[in-house]
Amino acid sequence: MMGRLGALIVLIVGAAALVGPWILPADPFYQDLPLRLASPSWGHPLGLDELGRDLFARLVLGARVSLFVGIVVVGVSATVGSIVGGIAGYAGGWVDMALGRLMDVLMAFPGILLAIALVAVLGPSLEHVVLALVTIGWVGYARLVRGQVLKVRELDYVQAARASGAPVVRLLALHVLPATFSAVSVQATLGMAGAIIAEASLSFLGLGVQPPMPSWGTMLDAGRAHLFDAPHLTIVPGVAIVLLVLGFNFAGDALRDRLDPRSS
Amino acid sequence: MLRYAVRRIALTIPVLLGVATLVFALIHLVPGDPAEAMLGESAPAADLQELRGKLGLDQPLLVQYERYLRGLVTGNLGLSFRYQTPVGQEIGQRIGPTAQLAAAAMVVAILIALPLGVIAALYRGRTLDHAAMTLSLLGVSMPNFWLGPLLAIVLSIQLGWLPVSGSGTPAHFVLPAVTLGAALAAMLARMTRATLVDELRELYVVAARARGLSRSRVVVAHALRNSLIPIVTIVGLQLGAVLTGTIITETIFAWPGIGRLLIQAIGFRDYPLVQGCVLFIAVVYVSMNLVVDLVYAWLDPRIRLQ
Repeated sequence: MMGRLGALIVLIVGAAALVGPWILPADPFYQDLPLRLASPSWGHPLGLDELGRDLFARLVLGARVSLFVGIVVVGVSATVGSIVGGIAGYAGGWVDMALGRLMDVLMAFPGILLAIALVAVLGPSLEHVVLALVTIGWVGYARLVRGQVLKVRELDYVQAARASGAPVVRLLALHVLPATFSAVSVQATLGMAGAIIAEASLSFLGLGVQPPMPSWGTMLDAGRAHLFDAPHLTIVPGVAIVLLVLGFNFAGDALRDRLDPRSS
Repeated sequence: MLRYAVRRIALTIPVLLGVATLVFALIHLVPGDPAEAMLGESAPAADLQELRGKLGLDQPLLVQYERYLRGLVTGNLGLSFRYQTPVGQEIGQRIGPTAQLAAAAMVVAILIALPLGVIAALYRGRTLDHAAMTLSLLGVSMPNFWLGPLLAIVLSIQLGWLPVSGSGTPAHFVLPAVTLGAALAAMLARMTRATLVDELRELYVVAARARGLSRSRVVVAHALRNSLIPIVTIVGLQLGAVLTGTIITETIFAWPGIGRLLIQAIGFRDYPLVQGCVLFIAVVYVSMNLVVDLVYAWLDPRIRLQ
């Protein structure tokens, strides 16, 4: 039930992000300065921001940014993490130890601290946010895949493939890594929520998407200056973030229950 | 235990060295010339050269690295470009407020989570359980950079009960501590419920009830007490999330701590101060993880044997 609700939320936001900017009547960049900070009305269902721009149109364009960051960060992190974790788990020995120490160092930075530091020195931009989030994001997948590979590599069918002379790359690509797919897909779904919050956090701190491009994080940051006179600037993007994050969390939990019924 | 502690501490040293190396590398990732990035493109060549000298950027990389490590060992984190004071001094002045805020957030989280988790476990599968768990799921999904302004709108602006920002009085603690502690509270409530549900199935609970002990006494004095080890571990391990959370929470509420100092330093392109703050937070995090591991091994001897 909750899984379907989550998938529905993600689908609606995804569809809005995909086609919304083309079919919406309002221009997300048009400034109607006399109407700045206007409350929701028929013409502008979510009101106008501090520069008189339509909040609904900017919210829909911001969804595109959030989903883009989520998909790219999770996609690249999961791919890199699976490859590194697969190599570490399968090779073992000094390769595993060297990669393990690298992962330990990256995991020693709490939360998005390293991402904040990287964007701080590289300069604020969407590309640098993606780069920074991938830099910290792949480690979780690598740890997960390494653990799975340690189990899978001892299974009979993998041993049989190895005994029949299959090269290592083929063994990893065709026999070992596919067995980790379900665990990675659950983590990736839940990771979308994490990536979306991380991007919004960085944008909120002024380190992410730069104006005039809207992001839910920058919209929230802009709303902080108008808590007294226009609280809708804070409420609207916040609700959007919570709904989308809940959607991915619901979907991820449901996927985990389906792929591994013991977890529930 | 001593052997485990020595081994665990020995494993931490290369991690700390790696963290220090990564933080050292940060300034070298600045596109172009870091001195130019800090002073601006139109800065006179003499000023740029002077700053490069101050930061040691005119030295070979290995010399810079050796100086940097030597500085770390002696507690010298360099000079803040913005404040012209030692970085260690700037951080030192802000440890107190950040530690107070983190501690207050932990207390708030525990005060919310334990009753919520206990109620959910006792009324498992019923409306109260669903309500408590929905609330906790909302807490996990609600980013602190939204919760903070939202609380400010309701409790400060609409009701006028609490100050919007600043520090100095107990009232100033409430909004930042609740904002910072909410996600931890949500996670702890779920953890408390899960562990307590397992404990309530144990035979000693049935036996205690059969001996005529009241339900509340069995839950609080027996089952909850046994559930505390994983809960305490989670509290320790979540310190990292709380530390990162201070960066945003302190920025929202103008709290004079290390998180706000870091964001201000980024704004001023004060790279030595950015490096210092990042290194300090990471080292505190690694040290806390070490302490949690040692305490956990002390409480549960099985950990030492693994």
